[in-house]
Amino acid sequence: MVEQTFWDEMTGGGADVRTVYGRVNEWLKSTPPDVLAARRTQAELLFRRIGITFAVYGEKDAAERLIPFDIIPRVIGQSEWSLMEKGLIQRVKAINAFLCDIYGTREILRAGLIPPDLVFGNPHFRPEMAGKRAPHDVWVHIAGIDMVRTGEDEFYVLEDNARTPSGVSYMLENREVMMRLLPDLFSNHRIAPVENYTDLLLNCLRSVAPPRSAGEPVVALLTPGPYNSAYYEHSFLADRLGVELVEGHDLSVRDGVVYMRTTQGPRRVDVLYRRIDDDFIDPLAFRPDSVLGVPGLLDAYAAGNITLANAIGTGVADDKALYTYMPEIVKFYLGEEAILKNVPTWRCREADALKYVREHIGELVVKEVNGSGGYGMLVGPHASKAEIAEFEKKLVAQPDNYIAQPTLSLSTCPAFVENGVAPRHVDLRPFVLTGAEGSRVVPGGLTRVAMRAGSLVVNSSQGGGTKDTWVIEDA
Amino acid sequence: MRIQIHHEIVQTFDPAAKGLIESLRLAPRSHEGQHVIDWRIDVEANCRLRRTEDAFGNFTDMFSLQGPIETLRIVAEGVIETFDCAGVVRNSIERFPPELFLRDTDLTAPDAALRALGATIKSDDKIERLHGLLLVVREAMQDNEDGESAASGLTAAQALAAGKGGTRDLAHVFVASARAMGAPARFVSGHYFDDGKAGAQCHSWAEAYVEKVGWIGFDPVHCICPHESHVRIACGLDWLDAGPVRAASLGAIAQTMAVIVRQSGFQHAASAQLQGQQ
Amino acid sequence: MLARTADNLFWLARYVERAEFTARIIDITARLAALPKAYGGGAEWESALSAVGSLERFRETYEKADEPSVIEFLIFDPANPSSIRSCIESARTNARAVRTALTADMWQSINSAWLELRALEQMRAPFERMSRERTDPFLDVVKAMSRDFDGAAYRNMLRNDAYWFSRLGLYMERADNTARILDVKYHVLLPETEAVGGSLDYFQWTSILRAVSAFTAYHWVYRQSVKPWLIADLLILKKEMPRSLVSCYDNLARNLDAIGNAYGVQGPSQRHARAMLLRLESGNVEAVFERGLHEFLTEFIADNTRLGAIVAEQYLVN
Repeated sequence: MVEQTFWDEMTGGGADVRTVYGRVNEWLKSTPPDVLAARRTQAELLFRRIGITFAVYGEKDAAERLIPFDIIPRVIGQSEWSLMEKGLIQRVKAINAFLCDIYGTREILRAGLIPPDLVFGNPHFRPEMAGKRAPHDVWVHIAGIDMVRTGEDEFYVLEDNARTPSGVSYMLENREVMMRLLPDLFSNHRIAPVENYTDLLLNCLRSVAPPRSAGEPVVALLTPGPYNSAYYEHSFLADRLGVELVEGHDLSVRDGVVYMRTTQGPRRVDVLYRRIDDDFIDPLAFRPDSVLGVPGLLDAYAAGNITLANAIGTGVADDKALYTYMPEIVKFYLGEEAILKNVPTWRCREADALKYVREHIGELVVKEVNGSGGYGMLVGPHASKAEIAEFEKKLVAQPDNYIAQPTLSLSTCPAFVENGVAPRHVDLRPFVLTGAEGSRVVPGGLTRVAMRAGSLVVNSSQGGGTKDTWVIEDA
Repeated sequence: MRIQIHHEIVQTFDPAAKGLIESLRLAPRSHEGQHVIDWRIDVEANCRLRRTEDAFGNFTDMFSLQGPIETLRIVAEGVIETFDCAGVVRNSIERFPPELFLRDTDLTAPDAALRALGATIKSDDKIERLHGLLLVVREAMQDNEDGESAASGLTAAQALAAGKGGTRDLAHVFVASARAMGAPARFVSGHYFDDGKAGAQCHSWAEAYVEKVGWIGFDPVHCICPHESHVRIACGLDWLDAGPVRAASLGAIAQTMAVIVRQSGFQHAASAQLQGQQ
Repeated sequence: MLARTADNLFWLARYVERAEFTARIIDITARLAALPKAYGGGAEWESALSAVGSLERFRETYEKADEPSVIEFLIFDPANPSSIRSCIESARTNARAVRTALTADMWQSINSAWLELRALEQMRAPFERMSRERTDPFLDVVKAMSRDFDGAAYRNMLRNDAYWFSRLGLYMERADNTARILDVKYHVLLPETEAVGGSLDYFQWTSILRAVSAFTAYHWVYRQSVKPWLIADLLILKKEMPRSLVSCYDNLARNLDAIGNAYGVQGPSQRHARAMLLRLESGNVEAVFERGLHEFLTEFIADNTRLGAIVAEQYLVN
């Protein structure tokens, strides 16, 4: 195994501390570990209190595990952010254009830029949506784009999340906790705010209401219910947005119009921020056994009586196989070069690529095209011979189902762990909101951190934590 | 041939449904093999039928009702003129390129047995291979005498393992194994005019795409390509896309559906004459 | 507001109130059961089951109504939908579903009682007879839960439909409970039993008062020794007594009016509650006894249940 070197966001790999991290570095130096430890304990208490539901809405009552929170903020300079922001907006614009096209006239297939089976064979492509237009041509209203950094100017998109990306409640609560915990550190910096996220989201959702709806559009958040693992986020957001948190059976469709059952009778709903997967959203159109959805919802959508955010069928755009075509997609629709780079990727469906991947499997990360959450993948350098052999069998049997990428030298940030302050690998999920008047990104996003030394896996399902992300004015 | 069809669906709800919403695919469209002379759908309740076209080009009629609803009768009836086109479906409404119909669905996902069905056929000609498949499917599957078992939601793989099924199951098995052979295939629902046979039911069959020829129908129940006895109503990836009724009710625990189909057919003078000239 | 949210709030309040009432019934029953047999005791535990309306269900699974089995049934049995356990669990499920409509304190009160219950359950083997030393403090926890929940709602909840619907649940359940406890003991309240007199009934009478925490209140209102018809008067017709039927209906009518005013529509539930209030306000205890106390209570319980159905029809299902 080759020892890799990693770029550290505080030191930049050199002896000096990068300017943006100056004050954080001073704070770290002047704060003894026991004070940091005390702050961390305090943070945990705050989380249990503010987000009482972290402790409440779990399988086990009292001992609900919090997702580990690291109290050392991650710092990004304003100029670095500005570039990233531009790239994110560009990318989401292209994704929306792609979805309009794929469910419309399919120009990109005619142009031969993408193999048609990547679209037509994609389980997230919904034939039912073909020929339907999304209000204002916005399909993806809320996108979470997973980014990694490998050097001073090197940002890569790891994955697009165009279905129902989650995690934004952590971003908001992390900031709230940090402000209470470390007021002095805040007064030392000028940090771009994130707390207006829900306000922006509400504006965005209202802006895409069906044109026919009279008066103030009524927005509701559709959740699968209290037993869903993200229910806390759903209720948190509904609360902050000031909209009803509805379950499928609270809604009904009558003559193509969606109503919610209220104590004052049926009330028309114009926009649904839905956090239910496509498969379950309408038993008349998709899985007939779904009890979570709203029968007739697709019909109401087709009739132009309700806007769904995100639209149905957006998953075709965040598929890992399609991801590899993103630079071409940006160019095709916008006539621009993509600002954000893709991680170099081998499409195992292509014979040459498959050959390369099999030859270098020990150095690569091989992923299932439709997998998520860090499952169904092989991290070559960390895998045993037996694991590799096992995986290769699957790969050869269904090469279409896999892509491979080099193991990225994910950047590290200082984190406060058991034995003091040490570098840990991080990624970043900024949230891009798109409404009728264009896209907005709240500065920063959710930073996920692999709390185990050397680990590159940041998923919370596999022991990852989170930290606050600061975009600060460059000193 | 001129076929008159009366297709009646009676649903009962116990206890009475408080609300009901349904989407119906009961109305045929014309193509080269059939001409819709007259057709109407009647839901015997006070509601509005909203007709739209679904993504596959089928007519879809939606309605919603407020309860209590104990029974509901839906009637679709009309007259169709059919022509024998040797199974080839021309000038039908096509919204997707054939490639789409290589997609798996939950009901048609292939397993080893479904893949094996096609693998035994030895021929290089695509049409011959599909005809071969028709025989193989027919041999592998008995058809249920009771026709469509509306309640069963068997997948193609389950139906094949059981070795028998209704017309829907046979069509699913054909579709799944044709796709496994690399042929775009789809599910078709409709009616089959069986002169003299009492207790007619709805019918299902399959269509597969062959380059340069187009979509060709395959009816595994009768082991033939559809001809003038077949009335084509809707098509899709599987039964869920093309079946006659999808319903969701509120408050009812048990729901039953009885189907009555009455048909009469006669050779229209004009069409007989036309045939005579061919 | 969402009909489901209103429904959850309504039932949440009912379950909390019911849990408290069951705890009180267990308290007073234990008190009565400790009296010498000569005081007329014997069937106390069975009458506890009647008071909470679960005698029949109890007989389906248990044989003898003695202290351990009734305590098991009323506190712990998950198969008994009215056991304290089931009440707290249902309250918690309802509370979870309406998180955003509750204050943090309201949630806390229910969740801590739930945690206490779980801790208690983990300490014992199934059907292990629990000493009163262990169950009594838990009954206090249940009463504290109800007090905290009620207090937090009263102090902190916005006065909107969420508040009013939860109050409806509370008062409807409370009226039902008061009527039931009176009905179970109605025979000892009949005027002729006074002739029988003696200390025998005194404890039965006072137990009724204790069940609705009105023992002290009685003396402040009547300034005389405990008389059965005055107990009935107090618990049915005295508005100043918070658990009396008339007080419950005063509150029910008031909260329903608040909903009606906010929505700009009055409906059958407002009319029904007002009619019941009027009957209670204009009634007197002599008339009640003349008609028959048992008949009066039976009719009241049915009318109260009907109000629940009318409210559900008008607001909760549509």
